[in-house]
Amino acid sequence: MDFAFFLIQLLNGLQYGLLLFLVASGLTLVFGIMGIINLAHGSFYMVGAYLAWSLSSMTDSLVAAILLAVPLTVILGMALERLLFRHLYQRDHLYQVLLTYGLILVFEELRSIIWGDDVHGVAVPALLNASIPLTDNLSYPVYRLAISGVCMLLAAGLYFLIQKTRLGMMIRAGASNRDMVQSLGIDIKLIYTLVFALGVALAAFAGMINAPLSSVTPNMGSQVLIICFVVVVIGGIGSVKGAMAASLMIGLAETFGQVLVPEVAGMIVYVLMAIVLVWRPEGLFGKA
Amino acid sequence: MQKKSTYDRRGFLLGSTAIAGATAAGALLPAGTALAQQGKLKVGLMLPYTGTYAQLGVAITNGFKLAIEERGGKLGGREIEYFTVDDESNPAKAPENVNKLVQRDKVDVVIGTVHSGVVMGMAKVLKESGTLWINPNGGAGAMTGAACAPNFFRTSFSNWQTTHALGKVLKAKGHKNAVFITWKYAAGEEMMEGFKEGFEKEGGKLTKELYVPFPQVEFQALLTEIASIKPDAVVAFFAGGGAAKFLKDYQAAGLKGKIPLYGSGFLTDGVLDAVGDAGEGVETTLHYADGLDTKKDKAFRLAYAKAFKLQPDVYAVQGYDAGQLLAAGLDGVKGNVANKVGVIKAMEAAKIDSPRGTWTLSKAHNPVQDMYLRKVVGKENKVQGVAWKALADPARGCKA
Repeated sequence: MDFAFFLIQLLNGLQYGLLLFLVASGLTLVFGIMGIINLAHGSFYMVGAYLAWSLSSMTDSLVAAILLAVPLTVILGMALERLLFRHLYQRDHLYQVLLTYGLILVFEELRSIIWGDDVHGVAVPALLNASIPLTDNLSYPVYRLAISGVCMLLAAGLYFLIQKTRLGMMIRAGASNRDMVQSLGIDIKLIYTLVFALGVALAAFAGMINAPLSSVTPNMGSQVLIICFVVVVIGGIGSVKGAMAASLMIGLAETFGQVLVPEVAGMIVYVLMAIVLVWRPEGLFGKA
Repeated sequence: MQKKSTYDRRGFLLGSTAIAGATAAGALLPAGTALAQQGKLKVGLMLPYTGTYAQLGVAITNGFKLAIEERGGKLGGREIEYFTVDDESNPAKAPENVNKLVQRDKVDVVIGTVHSGVVMGMAKVLKESGTLWINPNGGAGAMTGAACAPNFFRTSFSNWQTTHALGKVLKAKGHKNAVFITWKYAAGEEMMEGFKEGFEKEGGKLTKELYVPFPQVEFQALLTEIASIKPDAVVAFFAGGGAAKFLKDYQAAGLKGKIPLYGSGFLTDGVLDAVGDAGEGVETTLHYADGLDTKKDKAFRLAYAKAFKLQPDVYAVQGYDAGQLLAAGLDGVKGNVANKVGVIKAMEAAKIDSPRGTWTLSKAHNPVQDMYLRKVVGKENKVQGVAWKALADPARGCKA
């Protein structure tokens, strides 16, 4: 591998890492901060992708589709929290696992009824449908770079929301002691509803802007679910910063792993996770 | 004529319930009046009816039933009774599911399935029970290789077959070296082997084997690797959503048009609507293609479209041929399925007049068939010619 290709692989790794962060960010919020084990995270990702596909084929514009779909997913998130998740905060994690596993089945079946079992593609917006030549036979799609930009903005926004705003302070306080926050006169129920809805919307948004890159297919959610949990666990539960660091680490490890040691590429991420957990059981940025 | 070819599922179901009722009544009659020869033939369909492969399961079922309907709903003079199990493409449940058909329903023949892992699970049970088995899809080499058995038949392909002919194709185009990219799992590795063998025989060199962990679809790193290797050609196998994404990424990375892309036919089957123009010009080999324009294919497509309001695909053809093969077997023994040796003999000798072209069975009971070279033109896999006439799987390790 000469130096130019090394740089391109570095870019690939970082770009893939940012994409992972985008997909995992909703989970960081819901699992990391609210403490809910949400196996249905991948389903929300899938719902987002299918919404982007069906709405963009109706409106002929991915941007319009996203603007329409995001409010829908916020409403979906709020409804799910009100009707289902609210009753499980005080219970054992096992109940959450059961509920969210059930939701996976429900969403897969609904997807099959509403949208069918076909593979679909979403067109890249015309404005971003270009490539930048890197070498004589390789070029880089502008849309991928644009997504990287969106990911960085989102990461910064999330970090700011949780660490620097009053709402973020309440969310963090609620995560560590719910009863205390409530007795201080803060409507913790409302805050939880909002955070959960934000988590759902983030997962769905990831599915939407990722739709032109990854085709829209049945079971697409289950493929991203595991890697999302790996990101959150390596990064440290409850840390946006950690999730970002973990995403980039995994992105680079996978990229170079596939090229340098293809025989074991499938294991690299998990080996990395094992090493991190032995070294820091609470994750990179987690609080013990 | 018009009336006969109309086929609708409700009518079929009604018909079969009526028949089921009639036999139930028949069972109450004194044993002496029952005619063993006229009992219904029990056909067990073990296919995916839910999950990712649900559509494939439906296409195969439709094709199979069309073949039976064309014979007046009877094989060897016997009515058919269907038993259905949804295998969910779950290899872990394969033995349990196939036992439902073999032990509970006591079927005469098992038809299934799509997923290769489930196929290998079925093989274990069916080898022991000796039940007649026709596999209308799953291409696992071992089924007609190391694990072959006299009662095992396949009407589709072996993974090896789908890429072997590409060696000749690449040589003819003047490509001296190539890179193969696929998922790291059994089917991918078998297709890679099939290609490698065929290409090296022609003096070509497989420069590198690139593997993506299954079922991941992040190809960027390996596409960069391909750009740095600069092979004469790239050969790929992915399927479904993975195939759609690979075709799009290949184009977006600027490789399309610079390094020609080839593949196993599954790379471009059923995904062309999803990929825009990213598939255009990609050449693949498979045992079926669009635009074959034979009398049989035209008639089949018309009848299928009429009956199911759907366009048939390669899976429907494989299901249809499973029906045809079973028909040949039962005609050979005049419906006396108890004469298993006779059925097997008749099936082995059958010449199947398939929409894909005529084919026969190899010693290991896998189709010996023409592999077509196809090229993506618009939304079709247009036939370009025959890449390999009567290609037979080597059936390595088959001793039965």
